[in-house]
Amino acid sequence: MSYDLKEVCKDIRCDIMTCIGHLGVGHIGGCLSVVEALAVLYFKEMNIDPKNPKMEGRDRFICSKGHAGPAVYATLANRGYFDKKELLTLNQGGTNLPSHCDMNRTTGIDMTTGSLGQGFSCAVGVALGSKLRKDGATIYAMIGDGESQEGQIWEAAMFAAAKKLDNLIAFTDYNKLQIDGSCEQVNDVAPLAEKWAAFGWNVIDVEDGNDVEQVEEAVSHAKLGIGSGKPTMIILNTLKGCGVQWIVDLGAGNHNCPVSEEQAEAAIREIRGED
Amino acid sequence: MEMRAVYAACLAEMMEKDKNVVVLDADLAKASGTRALYERFPEQMFDCGVAEQNMASIAAGLSSYGFKPWIESFTPFATRRICDQVAISISYAKRNVKIVGTDPGISAELNGGTHMSMEDIGVLRSVPGVVIFEPVDEVQLKAAMPVLNAYDGPVYVRLFRKQLPVVFGEDYKFDLFKADVLKKGKDLTIFVSGFLTKDVLEAEKQLADEGIDAEIINIHTIKPVDCETVVASARKTGTVLTVENHNVIGGLQSAVLEALAAEKIPVTAVGVQDRFGEVGKLPYLREAMGLTVENIVASARKAAALK
Repeated sequence: MSYDLKEVCKDIRCDIMTCIGHLGVGHIGGCLSVVEALAVLYFKEMNIDPKNPKMEGRDRFICSKGHAGPAVYATLANRGYFDKKELLTLNQGGTNLPSHCDMNRTTGIDMTTGSLGQGFSCAVGVALGSKLRKDGATIYAMIGDGESQEGQIWEAAMFAAAKKLDNLIAFTDYNKLQIDGSCEQVNDVAPLAEKWAAFGWNVIDVEDGNDVEQVEEAVSHAKLGIGSGKPTMIILNTLKGCGVQWIVDLGAGNHNCPVSEEQAEAAIREIRGED
Repeated sequence: MEMRAVYAACLAEMMEKDKNVVVLDADLAKASGTRALYERFPEQMFDCGVAEQNMASIAAGLSSYGFKPWIESFTPFATRRICDQVAISISYAKRNVKIVGTDPGISAELNGGTHMSMEDIGVLRSVPGVVIFEPVDEVQLKAAMPVLNAYDGPVYVRLFRKQLPVVFGEDYKFDLFKADVLKKGKDLTIFVSGFLTKDVLEAEKQLADEGIDAEIINIHTIKPVDCETVVASARKTGTVLTVENHNVIGGLQSAVLEALAAEKIPVTAVGVQDRFGEVGKLPYLREAMGLTVENIVASARKAAALK
């Protein structure tokens, strides 16, 4: 079955707005910036079965920037892992959808993440596990640009290349912003492509990580790297808050900010192109 | 036999039987006694290099794939250095990972203060879900290994690497969550963990000569501590001494005090007095930290007099 990925992205964005707007606050900026990657993975590339979420040999996605949990939940709900109504429980006491991804609570989540840097190492462990099992799975991971300041990211990068984990395809959500300001001002992670290449990875630099066709092409290209003996890093140049102008305009302030239900409704009209 | 040799032999047996058992090192396989296993089990042994954080989280990832990882390093690097990875990647995520820290406390000897963990039990005791086990001798270690492997959850193993005098007989039956009463007595209870158990048994002979009848209990699992045994014995004897190769803050004394919080029973402690380690051989370090048979006898005398 093939999906209209542009429409899927709109659906995911709208559901992110709905659930964070319902709660009143959330990590909105970094959720909206990763939507295209999630759509391409869950609606095109990944070998998964929402009716059998623990299917053996399935492809896995580990969202190491665990604060993008709401974006992953919106994607899973749209893909049929659970009822969309559950999205309204986001981050409320007793929910199965906590702010950061939790493999023990949420159907379809394959790793607990949120303490930055760790999820990426976990993904490397998962990729190693898949290699040992020889099950042919592809393991995908998403890290943040601010997260790339964690030393553990580079420990994992070194290990994945050394162990030739070419079944690992990772993304950097390079939206250039973090909590305290621009990455450049805080502690510059650039040049990312050169760093990953120096660590022995295939690198694909995507000019616009919020253009779903560019992301599709990058993932297709990355899959050719399976068998090359090298893991692949897809650097997504993204816009933090992409899809909703006032959120983009907040800049670094959109990392975790209040969103009212009215603002969410207006944002949904903007995403749908109804204004 | 050296403790690490026993440990490695147990791992080999487990890996032979179960391909899901994997071992991860952070450039200390030789120190942990597992270097030779790399040739025998190339698909089950992984050296992560000097990157303990990565090792811990990779193990969590492997566990999500159904593997049963054991990770190894020196005690400070297996605990305080990777506390967040143990807390989040492993315990919060409910991953079945065994964490082995070697050279606990003063046994780090010539590696000195930087490698001498006086706080490792305290660090991990405050992380929910982590079982903390410290073997007394090779008999207990051998009995414990398959039990630890079968236990579905994180366990921290505080492993003395070198040879230790044997305390337990070959008929020893191990229960991970039950403390071992080594000698019954009525005048005081001595709770002890790890290699100092042998010293407590020596001290007991001197105490007996003085007419003090001590009950000796080995607490091999410091978390969750066997409260039932601790409270019952303390109530019976009415006064307690704890003996540990660890800071008196956060370790065995703390665990016993917590178990006895509702009791009006005095607790005296032999242990490291809230200080860092330093270089030296065991006899020097025992003197420097007060971990001697003489100090155990003197402290037991004081404890017995508190009734």
